Amino acid sequence: MQTLREFTRKTKRGNILKIVREHYLRDDIGCGSDLCQYCFQNEVYQLTSSHEIKSSLFKFPHYIVLDTNVVLDQIDVLEEDVLHNVIVLNTVLNEVKHKSSSIYKRLNEIIHDRTRNFYVFVNEHHKDTYADREPDESANDRNDRAIRMATKWYDSHLQTSQDSKVFQRSGRTVTRVILLTDDAGNRAKAVSEGILVATATDYVKSLEDFPLLVDKLSHKTFQNEKQALPQYPPHLSMKEILDGLRHKKLLQGAFQASRENYLEGSVNVESYQKDILIQGRNSLNRAVDGDIVAVELLPESQWSAPSEIVLEEKNVYADDVPSEERVEDEKEMLQQLQAAPVAERTPTGRIVGIVRRKWRQYCGILQPSLIEDTTRHIFVPADRKIPRIRIETRQADKLLNQRIIVTIDSWPRNSRYPHGHFVRSLGPLGNMATENEVILLEHDVPHCKFSEEVLSFLPKMPWTITEEDYAKRVDLRDLYICSVDPPGCTDIDDALHCRELPNGNLEVGVHIADVSHFIRPGNALDKEAAARGTTVYLVGKRIDMVPELLSSNLCSLVGGVERFAFSVVWEVDHDANILSKRFHKSVIKSKRAMTYEEAQAIIDDVTQTGEIAKSLRYLNQLAKILKKRRMDNGALVLASPEIRFQVDSETHEPLEVEAKQMRDTNSMVEEFMLLANISVAQHIAAEFTECAVLRRHPKPPMTNFDPLIKAARYQGFEVVTDTGLELAHSLDRCVKADNPYFNTMIRILTTRCMMQAVYFISGSLQKEEFFHYGLAADIYTHFTSPIRRYSDIMVHRLLAASIGADSTYAQLLERKSNEEICNNLNYRHKMAQYAGRASVALNTHLFFRDKEEDEEGYVLFVRKNALQVLIPKYGLEGTLYLKSDKDGKDGLERAKSEIIFTFNEEDHTQRCGNVIFHSFDPLTVRLSLDSTNVQHEKLVFKLVKPYIKGFSVETTTEAVTSANAQPPAKKSKKDKKKK
Amino acid sequence: MSGRMELLSEQGLRLDGRRPHELRRIKCKLGVFEQPDGSAYMEQGNTKVLAAVYGPHQAKGKKTEGNDLVINCQYSQATFSTSERKNRPRGDRKSQEFKMYLQQALSAAIKSELYPRSQIDIYVEVLQADGANYAVSLNAATLALIDAGICLNEFVVACTASLSKANIPLTDISHIEEVSGGPKLTIAALPTAEKIAFMEMSERFHIDQLETVIETAMAGCREIRDILESAVKEHLIHIGSAADWARVC
Repeated sequence: MQTLREFTRKTKRGNILKIVREHYLRDDIGCGSDLCQYCFQNEVYQLTSSHEIKSSLFKFPHYIVLDTNVVLDQIDVLEEDVLHNVIVLNTVLNEVKHKSSSIYKRLNEIIHDRTRNFYVFVNEHHKDTYADREPDESANDRNDRAIRMATKWYDSHLQTSQDSKVFQRSGRTVTRVILLTDDAGNRAKAVSEGILVATATDYVKSLEDFPLLVDKLSHKTFQNEKQALPQYPPHLSMKEILDGLRHKKLLQGAFQASRENYLEGSVNVESYQKDILIQGRNSLNRAVDGDIVAVELLPESQWSAPSEIVLEEKNVYADDVPSEERVEDEKEMLQQLQAAPVAERTPTGRIVGIVRRKWRQYCGILQPSLIEDTTRHIFVPADRKIPRIRIETRQADKLLNQRIIVTIDSWPRNSRYPHGHFVRSLGPLGNMATENEVILLEHDVPHCKFSEEVLSFLPKMPWTITEEDYAKRVDLRDLYICSVDPPGCTDIDDALHCRELPNGNLEVGVHIADVSHFIRPGNALDKEAAARGTTVYLVGKRIDMVPELLSSNLCSLVGGVERFAFSVVWEVDHDANILSKRFHKSVIKSKRAMTYEEAQAIIDDVTQTGEIAKSLRYLNQLAKILKKRRMDNGALVLASPEIRFQVDSETHEPLEVEAKQMRDTNSMVEEFMLLANISVAQHIAAEFTECAVLRRHPKPPMTNFDPLIKAARYQGFEVVTDTGLELAHSLDRCVKADNPYFNTMIRILTTRCMMQAVYFISGSLQKEEFFHYGLAADIYTHFTSPIRRYSDIMVHRLLAASIGADSTYAQLLERKSNEEICNNLNYRHKMAQYAGRASVALNTHLFFRDKEEDEEGYVLFVRKNALQVLIPKYGLEGTLYLKSDKDGKDGLERAKSEIIFTFNEEDHTQRCGNVIFHSFDPLTVRLSLDSTNVQHEKLVFKLVKPYIKGFSVETTTEAVTSANAQPPAKKSKKDKKKK
Repeated sequence: MSGRMELLSEQGLRLDGRRPHELRRIKCKLGVFEQPDGSAYMEQGNTKVLAAVYGPHQAKGKKTEGNDLVINCQYSQATFSTSERKNRPRGDRKSQEFKMYLQQALSAAIKSELYPRSQIDIYVEVLQADGANYAVSLNAATLALIDAGICLNEFVVACTASLSKANIPLTDISHIEEVSGGPKLTIAALPTAEKIAFMEMSERFHIDQLETVIETAMAGCREIRDILESAVKEHLIHIGSAADWARVC
């Protein structure tokens, strides 16, 4: 069954060690072909004769062996459903895994797709294909040799199988095995060994049925490229980087490009508190956002400050050499930057090498080319942090008005832009579905349909509650339970009740949809939900975490239907002191599903004396006490501008924008959810000291508050940030009679000072660190929304295990794996938030298409060349440029009219003549949409009031201004993300 | 759990090319030394162990008190046994621990009622360590005891088992699998009687999996027992051939 050979390996771990490992060679590894008559096959044949590809290069049926470089570079080609009967050697698999985990993952997905006929051949453990490393042979050479050996073995192995008389009689052409490799040396050796070999490019070009596949080929170099002069300094080699890092000459960190200025970025180095600033094209040296780079710190005399200038790259063309003019521009900008005052200077460096590329696929559009019939094009990514990419395509006409996906292949020194290739098209530009797709892709939101496997774990319909279920659960069907949610909500995951007990106390129950009953741990449904982590809400679209059957039907606590719930029931006195609490699974029948508005109406309507009305009034009273208690503890009331769109049900285009309103009932539901969460958190943390899933909100470092304190001080208010309580009090004091929106703005600024709240595992931190700053709670978790958050499902399972309602399982108690899930959840939540915001921004743009409106706004920040303006009505924030780029037309005109704004560093004001702009000053701006750049449509703000001659736009219709002139309704909304 | 390395590839092979239930190659030899009363050499993959047994002889010193048999073990690991040179061969905590475990497992196997007021010394030396050091040491000690002609209830054999990420149990784990972070369960058993003499576990895993992992380790023990048994028979044939009685066997 097994033969064996031992081999030696030397690894470096500080000092050189000799490591001896056993390596068993086997004779029971099958070749996976249905032609074979010798191999012991333990699996279904992966390589079948039913798929044949027509290639002009190899005019006979063939199997393909891939070299590592082909997999790494041409993964997009492999992902197309074109190539079949491919042998993936485990040598290649290991190399790919080592070099790029993302490509490894994608390759694995292809392998798992059984229709693609990719077969993994474990050549390293096969007795005939194992290649022992020879003396003086590099690891790379050995792997290449192993690949050739396996190819050769395969070919001859299949020859012998096909030698039989039966096969010859069948009259079929002999199947051969070919090797695809882009390594010239390997190719030459293969030819000399008599292996059929081709480059990936040649092979793909020879495919007769798929001419467009050529577009997806990766280009390390473009053909017919004139050897242009290098435009960038060379990168250091990996060895030099490692040496530099060891000797502390270089620093390593993740590169973040600036969104606003394409010639600026920063590198976050662990040992440095401040990010290291990178400025200028040569210093950036071909780093792309997200890359792990090596940085050399510049001498202090050359340090600079981050520019407050917004700089966008102008149109460029595929064959364009950088014009003198632009180079001049850049120089000037840099000079301007270096003139920054000494105090503002931060550590500045230049990138000397790339440790690891974090290139991914980018959404964007093709830039129309000046030259007709060229295959070379410039791709403009939607994300401003990503540089333009040169690609080659033959279908430019078709792609011109489409959103497409492109990936970067390489960035040679002599090319201004990185080289890439076309991956796929998302759909026509401006189409709502396409735009949503872009948002989802850019934020890495998994949004494909649920697979058959996932759906197979759903309960069978019609679903009924069995006697057994009733026996296991507490029957609460007779209670007056009701749910309160926003209008149009179909995934109702919480319901409430309150009733008077015979002893005069009150019983309050929070009933949460029992999702964990339907999603059993470890199955495909569970894994999918864990991967998605959260439901993502876009305007007019919801990307569910669990299939709709659960989210909108079986789990949703709709009115009048029996549903499973997980209940938290407290006994409280009339002063909202908790006397006892209990947790149990239950069956409930919600009496009514209400909106906030309906619930409010019932509470306010004194004529209503039904059970529901009574229950709601009790709840409302208790909630007010709870809220007050929380505030006294130092919980913060934060604000973030939030708006709702009324969306046309047909076209999905926004019709109306309104700021979200807060009613008493909103905060009523919220208070009880907080209470339930805290109660559950205390319970599971006590039961599972090592592996409870909790949520914390760290206290922000003092320096985060600086901008807030400064801004408030100019307005004559002192904000104390030492503790949450003091902060809450000082925020309450920030009220200006003449500026009703002032308090909200201060709260918006405070929100920006905050840290992100995160999930964590109780065993990973000290008890003191569990603190939730925003809520001023010692311990907190998420329990109340299991339909839309996976964290809640985990908490449900922990709670169920602790009360004996469900059994534990291995993963539940595993701290490591729980930690990993938490990390994923944190990431998904962040991305879901960003995606939500991006969707709002997109809809705002659609809303303002062909519209011009004058709106009341406030100055949020004063910048060097612009004002950051907030429009409360739309919850919109934008930039009002005071000094525009000088090559813009506006700028020229303005220069003539000599309108000059002076920026005062001291108190952050902009002055022009006798008009001074402070932070928080009210002003009126005109909003319109600038569609000159199809990809980045942007809202343009123009000043209307205060009127500055030559700068402000003339008020055209007096009516518009007056209509919008009323001060916006004051609103304050608890920051949603902390709930 | 995914923080650690995957111990089992999707093709169903472990890092060294074995399938989940397969043991490493076992080589063993009895009677490798002349001086001791019994000795054995055992190789399980790259783990290589020498064992020597002295006795039974009269118990010395304080140990004479009481009627019981004294089993005295010494576990030592050669300084050259690991890829990084070890500082001291014995006396460290790990060796002390192993020594106690050896005593515990062997006392379950030796028919101690036959040897009152006596002492048996068992010396184990690990020459090369590549995982499952304790298990191989115990197996070698068993062979050495047999070679010394000491009456045993049964073969006492040890085997290790671990769990892959996909919860597939793995038998006889090597050093690389040990350090890759999976749980490690060591069982010393009397396979025919289906008794477990000793069990040790590192890292936690869920109780649901414990049974399958124990069963895997037990299966490994049975397999090792068969190998040892045939080695003992072969040895007897070899040494007995001079006296001409071996052929009868």
